[in-house]
Amino acid sequence: MAAAELKIEGEGDRLTLRAVGRWTGEGAARLDRRLHAIDAKTYRRVRFELGAVEALDTVGAWLLNRTGEELRHRGLEVELANVPTTLAPLIARVSATGAPPMPTRRHPSRILHFLARIGGGTIGALRFGYDLLGFFGLVTVRILRVLAQPWRLRLNATVRHLEETGLDALPIVGLISMLVGLVLAYQGVDQLRPFGAEIYMVNLVGVATLREMGILLTAIVVAGRSGSAFTAEIGTMKVNEEVDALSTLGLDPVEILVLPRLIGLLITLPLLAFFADIMSLVGGAIGGLLLIDLTLPQFLDQLSIAVTPIMFWVGIVKAPVFAFVISMVGCFEGLRVTGSAESVGRQTTKAVVESIFLVIVLDALFSILFSVLGI
Amino acid sequence: MVEAVQAREVVIKVRGLVNRFGRETIHDGLDLDVFKGEILGVVGGSGAGKSVLLRSIVGLNHPAAGHIEVLGRNTAKLSGAELVRLQQRWGVLFQNGALFSALTVAENVAVPLKEHRHMPPALIQEIAALKVALVGLPADAGAKYPAQLSGGMRKRAALARALALDPEIVFLDEPTAGLDPIAAAGFDQLILSLRDSLGLTVFMVTHDLDSLEAICDRIAVLIDRHITVGTLAEHLHNPHPWIQEYFTGPRARAAFA
Repeated sequence: MAAAELKIEGEGDRLTLRAVGRWTGEGAARLDRRLHAIDAKTYRRVRFELGAVEALDTVGAWLLNRTGEELRHRGLEVELANVPTTLAPLIARVSATGAPPMPTRRHPSRILHFLARIGGGTIGALRFGYDLLGFFGLVTVRILRVLAQPWRLRLNATVRHLEETGLDALPIVGLISMLVGLVLAYQGVDQLRPFGAEIYMVNLVGVATLREMGILLTAIVVAGRSGSAFTAEIGTMKVNEEVDALSTLGLDPVEILVLPRLIGLLITLPLLAFFADIMSLVGGAIGGLLLIDLTLPQFLDQLSIAVTPIMFWVGIVKAPVFAFVISMVGCFEGLRVTGSAESVGRQTTKAVVESIFLVIVLDALFSILFSVLGI
Repeated sequence: MVEAVQAREVVIKVRGLVNRFGRETIHDGLDLDVFKGEILGVVGGSGAGKSVLLRSIVGLNHPAAGHIEVLGRNTAKLSGAELVRLQQRWGVLFQNGALFSALTVAENVAVPLKEHRHMPPALIQEIAALKVALVGLPADAGAKYPAQLSGGMRKRAALARALALDPEIVFLDEPTAGLDPIAAAGFDQLILSLRDSLGLTVFMVTHDLDSLEAICDRIAVLIDRHITVGTLAEHLHNPHPWIQEYFTGPRARAAFA
């Protein structure tokens, strides 16, 4: 097995290129350089001598063909000599096919590209808002219809979503909330100790948990695990044309796919938020016990001074709103899936990012609203 | 004629192949020889294990028992590096193309070249363009993404990727499934002409009776967990009821007429 080689012999006005050995992809880099470096200025005729070629693949054949074409283009006469019969079909095929240059994508100037991206992003965001608003409208109409005709609600599907978004989320929501309660207690005690006011750690944990942390953490966890599941489930059905099948069977995809998820989450998110509140307070109580020997009755006494039922309701009232946003965005992105499996992944990522973003924005708006109302 | 065939070089040798899924036996002691330069069609009912046979030969499926030799190497006994070298000597066209959707067609073809061949980028571009043209795609197809192509074009693009490293064997899993008759016939002719010019050996799982008739040198029928290999004419004389039904049924009569 001789390695690929090219012998260049010039004589009078004739250049002989002698190909030797295995002209295949393995040795192509060297051959490519050698062929590019051929200086044929002083010659008028070129002869490829192929008698000693041991093996040829499309790469080798392409190199021969490309070089021949270039030399011909410069006005030289090119001929192939002693082509082994077994290689002739390949050489003929490659030279008949050629490699037409592919249109390269033109890169516009950087500033133009930058502006185009800003413009594209803006239009995309506006279109997203417009489409989402339209979807809200559609779902509202369907909700009104189900209110008028309650038997239209898919009870089995709703119960399944109650289980998947609610019951199955209890361990993760509980664990996270308890740990956050514990962390708040530790930080609170640390900061309050210089003032001898460690006991107010209970106020800190209680108020922060009930007003903000409980519901916010729950909503973020649910957006991550249930919002994404909504998009992935509906998106997969979209890819399999199951959503189209529903339509052709005279079934309304919004009624069958969206409403059970929406109603399920509207019920489970407030319950989960309540559970998160309790677990976070448990975390705070454990922190108190560990850090400042605060017994449970003492903790509860201080808690009853620190918090009012209003604070609890301020937190819980946000839950249905967040549930609405998470399920809306999840289902909306699922229905926007087009064609490929790749699209399912992309829309799922978008759904999670958008719903978490919207949840936090709404939470900020609630804070402003409550502060204006003086609650 | 038969002697001449027997004397040819065997590139795929399967002996005593057994495949089981759970309690179900798919292949029970299957023997098969594929000769250099031939186009072998593999047929069989749904669930007969055509794709499993293909996957076993290319090493995507580990058989329960048996011995598989490809190009003289026992695929089960190779080290990682040796297997990678052997894999470069075959190309696989999956049923739905399996093109990388994030890359353009030309980039798809360039993936194995970049990984396994030390070539300057300009040459890789040229070879990718050559492969795209070899499978009969228009020049502008190279810059398109798989999602922008029709089913037939996607199959051709996938074939271009399978041919990227100039393999000696190509495995095709139902290459004409889902194509219209004109595109399917075009694909058949493409396989035939590539076999003749590139010297390929083709292992083709198919359901397409027209392909079997038009381009296959021999046909392997998977049936009752075993395999029967022969030319179309030989199968027509096989008394087995399924083979008779397959090759002389109403659709077959239309295809072979």
